Amino acid sequence: MTRVLIVGAGPAGIRAAEALVEAGLHPVVVDEAARAGGQIYRRPPEGFTRPPDKLYGSEAAKAVALHATFDRLVAGGKVTYLPQRSVMALRAGVAHVLGEARQEVPYDRLILATGATDRLAPVPGWQAGGVYSLGAAQIALKAQGVALGRSIVLAGSGPLLTLLAAQLLEAGAEVAAVLDTAPMRAQLQGGLRMVMARPLVTLRGLRLRAALGRRYHAGVSLTRIETGEAGPTAVHWQDARGSARETSCDMVGLGWHLRADGTLADLAGAAFDWNSAFAQWLPRADPLGRAGTGLYLAGDGVRILGADGAELAGRAAAIACLQDLGLPHPDSASILRRLKRMQRFADGVAQAFPWPAEMIRTLPDTTTVCRCEGISAGDLRATLPLSGPEANRAKSLARVGMGRCQGRYCQLSGAEIIAAAAGLAPRDVGRLRAQPPARPAPIGAWLKAEGTREAE
Amino acid sequence: MSGGRLVRLAETARATVRFDFDGEALTGLEGDTVLTAILLSRRALRQAEFGPEARAGFCLMGACQDCWIWREEGPRLRACSTPLREGMRLRSAPGAAHWPGGTGGTA
Repeated sequence: MTRVLIVGAGPAGIRAAEALVEAGLHPVVVDEAARAGGQIYRRPPEGFTRPPDKLYGSEAAKAVALHATFDRLVAGGKVTYLPQRSVMALRAGVAHVLGEARQEVPYDRLILATGATDRLAPVPGWQAGGVYSLGAAQIALKAQGVALGRSIVLAGSGPLLTLLAAQLLEAGAEVAAVLDTAPMRAQLQGGLRMVMARPLVTLRGLRLRAALGRRYHAGVSLTRIETGEAGPTAVHWQDARGSARETSCDMVGLGWHLRADGTLADLAGAAFDWNSAFAQWLPRADPLGRAGTGLYLAGDGVRILGADGAELAGRAAAIACLQDLGLPHPDSASILRRLKRMQRFADGVAQAFPWPAEMIRTLPDTTTVCRCEGISAGDLRATLPLSGPEANRAKSLARVGMGRCQGRYCQLSGAEIIAAAAGLAPRDVGRLRAQPPARPAPIGAWLKAEGTREAE
Repeated sequence: MSGGRLVRLAETARATVRFDFDGEALTGLEGDTVLTAILLSRRALRQAEFGPEARAGFCLMGACQDCWIWREEGPRLRACSTPLREGMRLRSAPGAAHWPGGTGGTA
């Protein structure tokens, strides 16, 4: 039987697995989490008691259905499920997988559903402990039932900003301010496209926004995060009229919508294109997700459509895979039509909540850009006469992108700073090439034979 | 509790789990990650190597590697994605004598 490997057990990976099983295949599914569901439908550990509508709000039925689908595939022995493992490298049809032990998983076809991370931009002071990504605050609430601070400021832009603020308030956390860098005009223009594509979803977002009341501010400029020994103590910002404001807090959540994680797609040989609407590099794929011979991409790792789009894209990638194998497959026409609608909505979201390019281009020299190794905007700018305005050479010399997050949280802002200094657009400075291992890994894991456990 | 960064909002009826962090006895609840359990009692997981600030995790989804801490036995772990277990002995910095391969040889 054809060996299909699926990486990621979120909405896209689960729906891909389901469609392959329906066609009689037995895919292998590797996922980093302890329980399948992905980030947005992340499940708390066994023994937690909040019901799905508390965890997932209006999306509870979708989350429950998705989890049930995957649990059924696993219980029925229809998939080989390898949780709590990371794919570290892909080479010659073999995935090098690391969990407690190292494994080599050979495959004939590869479906990558690796999702996205928060898209981060540096704010002076963001290197302090107690500053988190918005996604982190949502994971903490959903999967652990905790708030990451006693007095919370959320800043950035994107659908998650409003959603998370509403969820935290609902759960009883203290949210001092929600600072959206998206100007109201952009929000209205993008919002119009969102309404036309998905009126109910847009309306739901507006309702959440209304629940934030006077905590919410649009068109904000972030000046700095003030910090003390114990972490953040206040956020300094300017409101849309340019007045200086200050909000006390002990936790700051930051994020500007999402960044597709293309690490494995890159290692698998996908090509990338700069997408100016989403202000990032996205892997090139056909409408069903074909990105190369035997390579299929689905979900937020290829097009940032959100969870509903990811479910469709997972199914689409499986259909493409079945088509290429010459196996019977479901019709793709209705899925493609629905995906187009998701794309129209996503384009509206991208316009409504833009990447704060200007803020990054003018960051003070002292601002930390690389959180991993404490490298400042000034360090990066000072490297440019030597490296020239090319992202990979600047990385080699300045180390922005070489730390242990492997550029996931600094690549886009680093490129913006390089581009600004050279009078270029960020696409002109190139894209950081992914390097294996896809996560930092102990050398000891490779010194031992395959299947040997790491020392406990 | 008062020294911690995190606040429990829900799911408080779980069994207690004892562990120790930098030699001090702490408790968490069954189902807590190591990060949750430590930051309910402490402000930070570790000191940054490249700057003066403390670190307390950042992405909580295994992507940023900000939450590295160490087991007393040597191995490093990501606090955000490691479940807390009874009797764990954890440290905010690596021990001096531990290298992969374990014997201190040339590997």
